Amino acid sequence: MDAWSNVVEIISIVFMAIGAFFIFVGGVGALRMPDFYTRMHAASLTDSAGPIFILIGLILHTDSFLVAIKLFTVLVFILITGPTASNALASAALLAGNKPSLAVKQTTAE
Amino acid sequence: MIFYIVAFALVITMCLALVRAVRGPGLYDRVLAVNMMGTKTVLLLAVIAYIMGRPDYIDLALAYALINFIGVFAVLEFFRTRESQLALTSSTTQSGQEKALDEQGGQS
Amino acid sequence: MIEIFNIFLMAMLVITALAMVSSRHLFITVMLSGIFSLLVAAIFLFLDAADVALTEAAVGAGISTVLFLGALALMDVEETARGERWVRVSSLVVVAVTTIALVYATFDQPLFGDPNAPINLHVAPWYIENVPVHMGIPNIVTGILGSYRGYDTLGEVFVVYTAGIGVLSLLGDPVKNRMNRPVQNHGLRHYLIPRVVGRMLIPFIILFGLYVQFHGEYSPGGGFQAGALIAAAIILFAILEGENRALNVIPMRVLYLMMASGALLYGGVGVATLFMGGNFLEYTVLGSTMVSGQQWGILLIEAGVGLTVTGVLITIFHAFAARSNL
Repeated sequence: MDAWSNVVEIISIVFMAIGAFFIFVGGVGALRMPDFYTRMHAASLTDSAGPIFILIGLILHTDSFLVAIKLFTVLVFILITGPTASNALASAALLAGNKPSLAVKQTTAE
Repeated sequence: MIFYIVAFALVITMCLALVRAVRGPGLYDRVLAVNMMGTKTVLLLAVIAYIMGRPDYIDLALAYALINFIGVFAVLEFFRTRESQLALTSSTTQSGQEKALDEQGGQS
Repeated sequence: MIEIFNIFLMAMLVITALAMVSSRHLFITVMLSGIFSLLVAAIFLFLDAADVALTEAAVGAGISTVLFLGALALMDVEETARGERWVRVSSLVVVAVTTIALVYATFDQPLFGDPNAPINLHVAPWYIENVPVHMGIPNIVTGILGSYRGYDTLGEVFVVYTAGIGVLSLLGDPVKNRMNRPVQNHGLRHYLIPRVVGRMLIPFIILFGLYVQFHGEYSPGGGFQAGALIAAAIILFAILEGENRALNVIPMRVLYLMMASGALLYGGVGVATLFMGGNFLEYTVLGSTMVSGQQWGILLIEAGVGLTVTGVLITIFHAFAARSNL
């Protein structure tokens, strides 16, 4: 039984480390990408992947069932609302006239 | 120990998002930064609850995960409302910079 | 170790505040104020104040941003030209002198968490010992807020109610302002995905708001946070479906009733305890034992607080949004 709980703990640490890595990559991407849509892509992809790993790592680490259910609910809501907000934001930006910087023939200065 | 590392990564990413919010040309980059800060705050609240040893605090993360996207929808709706209002009234008293800002969706 | 995170977050607060002050386009300032509230909520949680962090996240980052945007939709988004040079320099001097005086005053305070500070020797242990004995609830903050400092919370409920009345008297009845607005033909209600997903989430937000309201005696929560959450759900409905439909679903007379009846419930509990033989807001006389009386009292007044806060926040949103093309 001890070996099993050690394995679960190691898996949870690995998941949380992977999640932290994704979050950090998303932050760097949002800073260094050249255009609004590419930044949006970096931020929204990692905002879905990072919480999955971090919250599953936290669920594996906890003892109480109620806390695990609450964390799972947080994960479900993040996965539902994150892509929706990104979709709405990208649609609104496109309809307002932001053009992706590589998709337009460079006839005028950007 | 791993909790401190995750919390540190989250705080560093919040700093990077803040740089995007301060620098980002136009309005939509800043809305993107606010959205990023929101999801990082939800995760930070969940991780702090574990660092402090009080799992009751996960309620805060749940509450904020539900409220986070209302701000994004609100800014999109009110920004479109304002543009349609300008199109309806076609005010001539706007300054040139403001008109350019609104027409290009906030790219200034 | 926690202090390093606090220092990081507070440094980010200062940067955000400077960016807010130096920006001329007010939409950007409102977005930065949303970030400010998020940072403050995280700092409060690091300082182990969970009720305050929940209130700051719900009210500051959610509702407050939406209300500012609603007000901005009605006016110019560019700040007017700055004042003359002597005005700016003198205001800078006044602010600097006040800041230095306040920072100097904090040198006399005991350090945060000092076990020999007077508040940790006398005030906090008394509350920690007596709240389980008198009231039997685990959340000490709700016990202090609801019972030991009940007058203060009564004043806060009336302040919130006064804010609602003040906004209504300045901006007028939303339904009358709505009569001569053209119907908007583009907006979020014409994007399918946000509309479907948002409508699906509204019942869950309301359910969670009710959980926070009634569970406020056992976990961080209470009337203010629950009111902000439920108001956020209704505001989301108004943003997604349009202002006309939102004014039909929850009519203004229901909102007026909610605002007034919450404050009336709170004051009514106080008057009822007077008639039952105790002092004003002495909940002990409401039940057969002290513990049950206190719990009944806290339950009723938190319901009053939740009703008023919900009504006022939705009313303020309608007062702004009814005048715009939402």
